[in-house]
Amino acid sequence: MTETLRPPPSGSALITTQFLTKQYGNGVVALADLSIAVQPGIVGLVGANGAGKSTLIKILLGLLPPTRGTVTVLGLDPAAQPQEVRARVGYMPENDCLPPDLSAAEFVTHMARMSGLPKTAARERASEALRHVGLYEERYRQIGGYSTGMKQRVKLAQALVHDPDLLLLDEPTNGLDPAGRDAMLGLIGRIGTEFGISVVVCSHLLGEIERICDSLIAIDGGRLLRADRIENMTEARDILLVEVAEGTPELRDRLRAIGLTVTEEGRGLVVPLQTDQTYDQILGAVAELDLPLHSLEQRRHRVAELFAASAASTHAHPGEAAHV
Amino acid sequence: MSSPTTASSVIHDIGYRRYTGPRLGRGYATRSLYVHGLRTAFGLGRSAAAKFFPWGIFGLLVAVAAILVAVQSQVSVLQQRVFEYWQFPTQINVLVLLYCAVAAPELVSRDLRGGVLPLYFSRPLTRLDYPLAKWAALVSAVFLLLLGPELVLFLGTAFSNQSMSAVWDEFGLFGEGLVVSALTAVLFASLALLVSSLAGNRAVAAALTVGLFILTTPVLGVLQGIAHAGYGPDGGMTADGERLSQLSFLVSPFTIVQGIGAWLFGGQGQSFIGPYGPLYLVVTLAVVAASLLLLLLRYRKVAR
Repeated sequence: MTETLRPPPSGSALITTQFLTKQYGNGVVALADLSIAVQPGIVGLVGANGAGKSTLIKILLGLLPPTRGTVTVLGLDPAAQPQEVRARVGYMPENDCLPPDLSAAEFVTHMARMSGLPKTAARERASEALRHVGLYEERYRQIGGYSTGMKQRVKLAQALVHDPDLLLLDEPTNGLDPAGRDAMLGLIGRIGTEFGISVVVCSHLLGEIERICDSLIAIDGGRLLRADRIENMTEARDILLVEVAEGTPELRDRLRAIGLTVTEEGRGLVVPLQTDQTYDQILGAVAELDLPLHSLEQRRHRVAELFAASAASTHAHPGEAAHV
Repeated sequence: MSSPTTASSVIHDIGYRRYTGPRLGRGYATRSLYVHGLRTAFGLGRSAAAKFFPWGIFGLLVAVAAILVAVQSQVSVLQQRVFEYWQFPTQINVLVLLYCAVAAPELVSRDLRGGVLPLYFSRPLTRLDYPLAKWAALVSAVFLLLLGPELVLFLGTAFSNQSMSAVWDEFGLFGEGLVVSALTAVLFASLALLVSSLAGNRAVAAALTVGLFILTTPVLGVLQGIAHAGYGPDGGMTADGERLSQLSFLVSPFTIVQGIGAWLFGGQGQSFIGPYGPLYLVVTLAVVAASLLLLLLRYRKVAR
C-alpha cells in the first residue's frame, strides 16, 4: 500500500466536528455536542484537566469512536479511515512514553518505520527530526539518561519524524522549567510557521500557549466555551497579585491614581500586567508609601475565569459550528 | 519546500524538508515490528547485558548438542543412537522456559512499563497487528533457538555417516526434531507472551511465566500418584489408573509436547500416553489458540 503525500486541500478545514458527543460506558459524558471548524495553523486547545481534551484527541486519531456526531480530520473520517488519518497525523502524548534503554536515534527511527517509512528514509528522517528539536549531538545516548526537557523533545521528534500534515500535542510543556517551556513553545511556533505543519496544542495553561497560537478553542466539561482567532481574545493577559502586610487600601488608591486597573481579591490586589512598566509602577508605589511588601507575583488567568462570560451564549447554540 | 533558516538556528541547519518518498502501510509496519521483536529477543541492537542471556542459553544448547554428537561418533560402531532429534527439545525444555521467561517480558512488558503503546496505536498499526507481530517474533525466536542445536546434531551426525542413504534417513529424523521444536516454540511462546502481557515489571512477568509452567509439575505428580495408587488383581495398574496416567501428562506444557512427540515419532514402546495422541495435539492447539485470543483481547483494552 503506497500513497503519495498530499497536502490538505487548501481552503478546507483542518478539523471539523458537528454535535460531537462521547459518552463512556460508565455514563461519564466527556464531550457534549461539540461543534468546531478549525482552519490550518497553530491551534490552542485549552481546558482544565478532565475538560475532554484528551478524549477529543483520541477521537481525532480514530482511537475512540464518537457516541454521536461527525468528525473530520484533514478531510477524512477518523472512525472510517483510521489508518489513513494516522499516517498523516503526528501525536505526542501527555504521559511518559519512551523506552529508557534505547537511544533517541534508534527509537525515533523505529517509530518512523512504524509510520511506514522505508528503512533508509526512516534513519535519515529520524536524524533530521532530532536535529530540528535540538538533540543532534546527544542522539546516540540512551533515553534513560535524558533530562525531562530532552525527553519532551524526543517525544516531539517521534511525532514529527514522518512529516505529518497535522501534529497533535498533548500538554507538551508538562514538567518543564520556565526556560524549557519557552524553548518548547518556540519550537512549536517554528513547526507551525517555518515547517508549515498545522499544530493542535493542548494545555491547561492559557497564558502559556496564547503566545504561539493563531486561534484558541476552550472547552470545559466537554462543552465548547469559546473558539476564536487569537486577535479577538486580547483580554487574555497575565495578571499581577500584590500583597502588602498593611496599608492595602492606600496602595489601591495610589495604584488607581497612576492609572492602573485594580481589583481587590482576598488580602491582595490584582493588577492586569499591561506593559513591562507595570511591575516597576507597583514597586514604586509600594516604596513611596513605605509599605511592607509581602509578595508580588505574576499569575496566569485561569481558563475558567476567562471563558466563563462567553459560556452561556455558546451553550445556547451548540449546533452552530464555531469557526476559527 | 524548505524554508529559510532563522538567525538563531545552528550553522548546519538546512531548514525543514517535507518528505516526498513512499509511505508504506500497515503491513510494512507490522513486518518491521516483527523483525524488531525478533532482534530484541536475541538482544540485537541492544546492550551487551541484553545479549548475555539469550546467547548464553543458545550457546549452552549448542554445546549440549555438540557433546551428544561427539558421544554418538564414539558409539556409532555399536549402531546405537545416543539421542533422538524429536526428544532433544523436550529434554532441554527447562532452558526453553527460562529463555521465554526473559524474552517475552523484553518484548511486551517493556512497552507496557514505558507507556510506548499509545505511540504505536496512534500510527497505522492496529491493536491486532501489535500483539500478532510480537507473538510471531517470539515463536520464531524460540524456534530458531532450537533450530541451532538441532542443526548441530544433524550436521555432526550426517558428516560422520558413510552412505548417502544414511544421510537421507538422518534428514528424516532431523525433520521430526523440527516438528517437535515448532510445537514447543508455539506452545511455550504463546503462554509466556500472554502471561508477560499482564505485567509491566519485567521481573514480575518473568516470575509469573516460570511460575505458570513450574506449578503444573506438582499437579502432574498428584495425578500420577492417584493413577498409581490402586493396583489391579494381576498386580499391574487398574484400567482407570492407566487411563488417568495416560491423560495426566496433558496438564503440563513440558509433558504435553513430549506426549505428542512420543505419539508421532516414538514407536510402539515409547507411547506413554496410550491412544490419546490426537487428543494431546488438539489440546495443545486449543491452548495456543486460547492464549492468542486472550492476548488479542488484552491488547484491545490496554492503554486506552
